[in-house]
Amino acid sequence: MKDRREGKVNTSGSLRNTLMVSLIGGAVVLAVILYLVVRTYAAQIAQSTQDRILSASITSILDAAAIRNDTLSVELPYSAFSILSTQADDRFFYAIYQDGEFLSGYDRMVHAQTPPGEVRFESGRYDGSDLRIATASRRLVGGSERTTLSVTVAQTQENLAGVLNRISRNAALLGFGFFALMTLLSLWLTYATITPLTRLAASVQRRGAEDLRPVAAPVPAEMAPLVGALNSFMGRLSHSLDQSEEFIAEAAHRVRTPLATVRSYAETTLQRVDKLENRQALRSMVRAIDESSRAAGQLLDHAMITFRADHLNKETLNLTELTQELIQAMRPIAEMKDVELDLMAHDDVQTEGDAILIQNAMRNLIDNALKYAPFETAITVKVLANPTRIKVRDYGPGFPVEEIDELATRFRRGTNSDGIIGSGLGLTIASDVATAHGGSLILTNPAEGGACATLSL
Amino acid sequence: MRYFITLILALYSSLAQAQNWEDQHYFGRPNAAETLRVLSSTDTAYVSGMIDGFVAENPDLGVEYLVTGTQNLNRVMRENPGRYDLVISSAMDLQIKLVNDGFATQLKDVASPDWTHWRSSLFGFTAEPAAIVLHKSVLANHSAPETRQDLIRLLRAEPELFRNRVATYDIRSSGLGYLFAAQDARTSETYWRLSEVMGGLGTRLYCCSGTMIDAVARGEILVAYNVLGSYAAAQAQDHPQIEVIVPSDFSTTMMRTVLVSRQSDNQLSARNFVAFMLDHFASPTSAETPQLPQLLSREGQENRQVIPLEPALMIYLDRLKRQAFTREWESAVIQ
Repeated sequence: MKDRREGKVNTSGSLRNTLMVSLIGGAVVLAVILYLVVRTYAAQIAQSTQDRILSASITSILDAAAIRNDTLSVELPYSAFSILSTQADDRFFYAIYQDGEFLSGYDRMVHAQTPPGEVRFESGRYDGSDLRIATASRRLVGGSERTTLSVTVAQTQENLAGVLNRISRNAALLGFGFFALMTLLSLWLTYATITPLTRLAASVQRRGAEDLRPVAAPVPAEMAPLVGALNSFMGRLSHSLDQSEEFIAEAAHRVRTPLATVRSYAETTLQRVDKLENRQALRSMVRAIDESSRAAGQLLDHAMITFRADHLNKETLNLTELTQELIQAMRPIAEMKDVELDLMAHDDVQTEGDAILIQNAMRNLIDNALKYAPFETAITVKVLANPTRIKVRDYGPGFPVEEIDELATRFRRGTNSDGIIGSGLGLTIASDVATAHGGSLILTNPAEGGACATLSL
Repeated sequence: MRYFITLILALYSSLAQAQNWEDQHYFGRPNAAETLRVLSSTDTAYVSGMIDGFVAENPDLGVEYLVTGTQNLNRVMRENPGRYDLVISSAMDLQIKLVNDGFATQLKDVASPDWTHWRSSLFGFTAEPAAIVLHKSVLANHSAPETRQDLIRLLRAEPELFRNRVATYDIRSSGLGYLFAAQDARTSETYWRLSEVMGGLGTRLYCCSGTMIDAVARGEILVAYNVLGSYAAAQAQDHPQIEVIVPSDFSTTMMRTVLVSRQSDNQLSARNFVAFMLDHFASPTSAETPQLPQLLSREGQENRQVIPLEPALMIYLDRLKRQAFTREWESAVIQ
């Protein structure tokens, strides 16, 4: 039954994987962006720090200039150079120009003209290292003298590179930490998203076979359409199951009643007919009708069992009482064959199950036994507890040994059944009932002779 | 730069002729496979022990040791950086500038405390204070001057005794003299007052510590200011009439530095030479040769103001700065 439900499902992709991949992929992209943003920002800050120091150095040189006695004097302050000391021992170069004429410093330096009051920054390369160059100028007026002093200071960027390396390393760590955190979050998020789905699947799987109630537990809004569709599907299924049950009952009724009528006419006619060959024909007819009636009954029983087994209607029942009732009902038939029906049972054997199905199975087993039991023998029906089982024992010819495993399959009749009415469905029905209850039907030939069918539940 | 060189050329035209080394010495086997040319301002006697040790350890190497003044050394090096493998000088500012201008090799694997090197290119290996050197006859009537103030008082007390018998560096010809003067002036105004007092007494100007100390030893000079203490201490052992005083108010201490020329063809040997040299001067050796004071730990230097090995020293080499400072110095000392 379980196998039938867990058929192979056609899958394409996985929600979990899609979620994980997109979340972690997103985290990677974000981490990289974070790294780049932090690095770029840090580079800008570091660069602006160096620029500020360069311009402070230039400003202090420009401020030290003065016109005294109509001549320009520039006395470089110690601080103009000392603030340029860095952890990485960066080299620096400077040049001082007056009205475009070289005054002091490194005369090979590129010198740019800048408007007064404005510091101009450039980047360059010199002797294997990056160079930051700052230039500014100042107009000096003193007496008759008017002059423009221009100062360029350049510094290598080894310290800056070191700072950037450190920041980059930290930014990378930050990015990685962010990524790790996001990955954990993604795992949790995926789990939280998938859980309602798995919970729903589990709750549907856990249901009893006959449970076709709509799903009542709350589900996330996004799952509402699925659950709604599932509920309406189960509603339709439940409805159609009810219909087919009715149909089976109806069909059983409609087939049996006419057959019974035909049989009674045949019997009546048999009384009136004297001619031997006619009586023979009529007897055959009655026999055929019996067989059809029985086959129809068993077919319907079997159909009903197949259907009921799919949604087993379990209830607590007293197996002893149930068996007693049945034996009471079957005793007349047994007496007609001069066969004794004995019930051996404890007072109360309680079990969970479908009363109709179990009775049906037992009837088939007893029926079977009656068919094969010789005159003036007994059939013993035992009801046992722990584990719950019913044993039906007769003293007939026993099951054909070579076929004992296959007898319970549909329309299979024993090789010793010639001349005995039967459809081959009796044992199949009993076996199906046992399986539906999680038990089995075991057929044995006891050593003392006869046959024994054990129906365990 | 050109200006600078022209200035030096003008000032030292006599030294510029050919290569007139003050001293020249060859260490090691004459047929050594490789010869390191060391350009130095340090007298041979102070390093011969070290170099002997080096060539003993490296028999394949010879060392040619060339001595000249700091300014000349700087000029010679800049003119022909490929001819010399190592440069040893007491003029820290000139050495810094050589490194800043890209004349030195970075020796990243040579271990040295952070404050004793710059860019792993320039390594300090001694710490030598500037000292006051007195002729002991002065101390007959006066107590030894401990500070610059004491010295000013002493000079003022007996102007006639000291007239024309006071000496200091001529900062125009001595790189080290200029460095000491500039550091003194940066540290305290007392320097200018002392200079004026000395100028008033007709100070005699010298190019080098050695000649100044000799003059004191001979008694020609009674007080010499800002003399290299290490040389004076070494001379004092032979000349008991010399008294060497490291001023207690503040003392300017310079580091003798070494660098490897970037254009040297013997980079590895030169590097090994520097490593050997730093090791040698870090630990006291036998007292046979005159000793250079070793670098002490930061703590040991507490009272001494070691001129920091940083590029800000280049400020004193700026033409304008130098002109201004020299003018001021001249007006104080040459009256």
